[in-house]
Amino acid sequence: MIYIDLHKKLETADGSMVLHMQTEVPKGSFVTLYGPSGAGKTSTLRMLAGLLKPDKGSLIVNDLSWYDATRNINLRPQKRQIGYVFQDYALFPHMSVRENLEYGHSAKGGISVDELLELMELGSLVNRKPKTLSGGQQQRVALARALAQQPEILLLDEPLAALDYKFRLKLQDYLYKVHREFNLTTIMVSHDISEITSLSDLVIVIDHGRIVRQGTPDKIFVNRQISGKFRFVGEVQKIEKQDIVYIVSVLVHSQLIKVVAQPSEMQGIDIGDMVMIASKAFNPIIYKID
Amino acid sequence: MTDLQPLYLTFQLALVTTLVLLIVSLPLSYWLVHSRSRLKPVISTLVSMPLVLPPTVLGFYFLLAFSPGNAFGSFIDRWFGIQLVFSFGGLVLASVIYSLPFMVHPIQAGLAALPPSLNEASYVMGKSKWTTLWKVQLPNIKTSLLTGIVLAFAHTVGEFGVVLMIGGNIPGKTKVASIAIYDEVEALNYASANFYSIVLFVITFAILLLVYLINGGHLKQFWK
Repeated sequence: MIYIDLHKKLETADGSMVLHMQTEVPKGSFVTLYGPSGAGKTSTLRMLAGLLKPDKGSLIVNDLSWYDATRNINLRPQKRQIGYVFQDYALFPHMSVRENLEYGHSAKGGISVDELLELMELGSLVNRKPKTLSGGQQQRVALARALAQQPEILLLDEPLAALDYKFRLKLQDYLYKVHREFNLTTIMVSHDISEITSLSDLVIVIDHGRIVRQGTPDKIFVNRQISGKFRFVGEVQKIEKQDIVYIVSVLVHSQLIKVVAQPSEMQGIDIGDMVMIASKAFNPIIYKID
Repeated sequence: MTDLQPLYLTFQLALVTTLVLLIVSLPLSYWLVHSRSRLKPVISTLVSMPLVLPPTVLGFYFLLAFSPGNAFGSFIDRWFGIQLVFSFGGLVLASVIYSLPFMVHPIQAGLAALPPSLNEASYVMGKSKWTTLWKVQLPNIKTSLLTGIVLAFAHTVGEFGVVLMIGGNIPGKTKVASIAIYDEVEALNYASANFYSIVLFVITFAILLLVYLINGGHLKQFWK
């Protein structure tokens, strides 16, 4: 369990703002920090990692005090056992992929560098320098490097923002896989609702340095309990009225899906809105993909 | 036959000065990049002063400070047995201060240009600041280091005013090539002056050319 109660005065483009985070993150959960830019998401991650010193408050991780203003405790980042994937990846330019992983690799046993390279499908790139890699490859290296430390907590700062949808989907799978496999507590900053709904258990919505809402992705984004088995998030492209129903075209990733909707369901939905399409799986059709 | 001693002395001085500068400049540059001290502007100014101050001013104050007739000069003479005026040691010290900005500025610029996330990534991986400096920061500012080393070396080779003020013109001890040239011209001995001049010209040209070739990536295929 992570108990967070941190205060920090931040200077932003719109003047100063007081960031106050107070929440609890259960061990093993996948949490997303969601909110407009400048809301304090990255600063929150940096405070958790010890890269930014809070003004006051406390941070308790698995019964260990990492930060406590009243007792003057502030654990250095080196001591925090955190894996951090930076927005710019922060790969060491002078080291090869393998050297990047080896640099942070924990000697405490567990997964080896080779196993990680294999898991992240980096085997053919081991001797390449980061700047010769594509964005998606760099991202995988950054994730692999963070995992090489064998952290208990993984912090991800908009890790997939710079990638196109194909890589996103693949890396989402990677993220989900490593989160489960390594039994991590993962805290991610993301703007992408489809990414959030497919990955996280808990969404914390931040605005102007405050937590405005928190809950499951369904509760936050759809505001109702959805029992459907298949769920996709997409953007409404077109709404056509046909007799008594509407045909709604929704762009999910790169695919245009047409959905039939009742007039009552269409209230308040316009072109450009983000929507969730859910379906109960009473008659799914299955095809083998070659 | 022209005396080779001044040339030998010049390059010896440049080499020792560059080594000392490298040792001094690394922590100084690191501090200038990472410190938030109020002293920082003052230190930055002092480091840059030799760029604008006439070398004779620097030399004059060194002469006063190190003179055995003064408190500081007599102190180091009595306690350490070091005489800095008209000696090689004094030349090194004066050259170090005179060439300081040429070493500090490239290293400082190199360190400042590194993305902060590189250091932070290293810290988060449990590495100390020291390890991060050696394993992450320095390898990524190789070109800045090379530029600093070469500029400091070349600048020391080309120094005249400071050396003349504090070192004088003692053959084999403080008579470096730049002073020997002046000396020979005064004695209307143009052939010797020309010899010293052309050696300095060719060597400094070669050194600077090498740096531009390396930093421009033109020699990459040879030294991978």
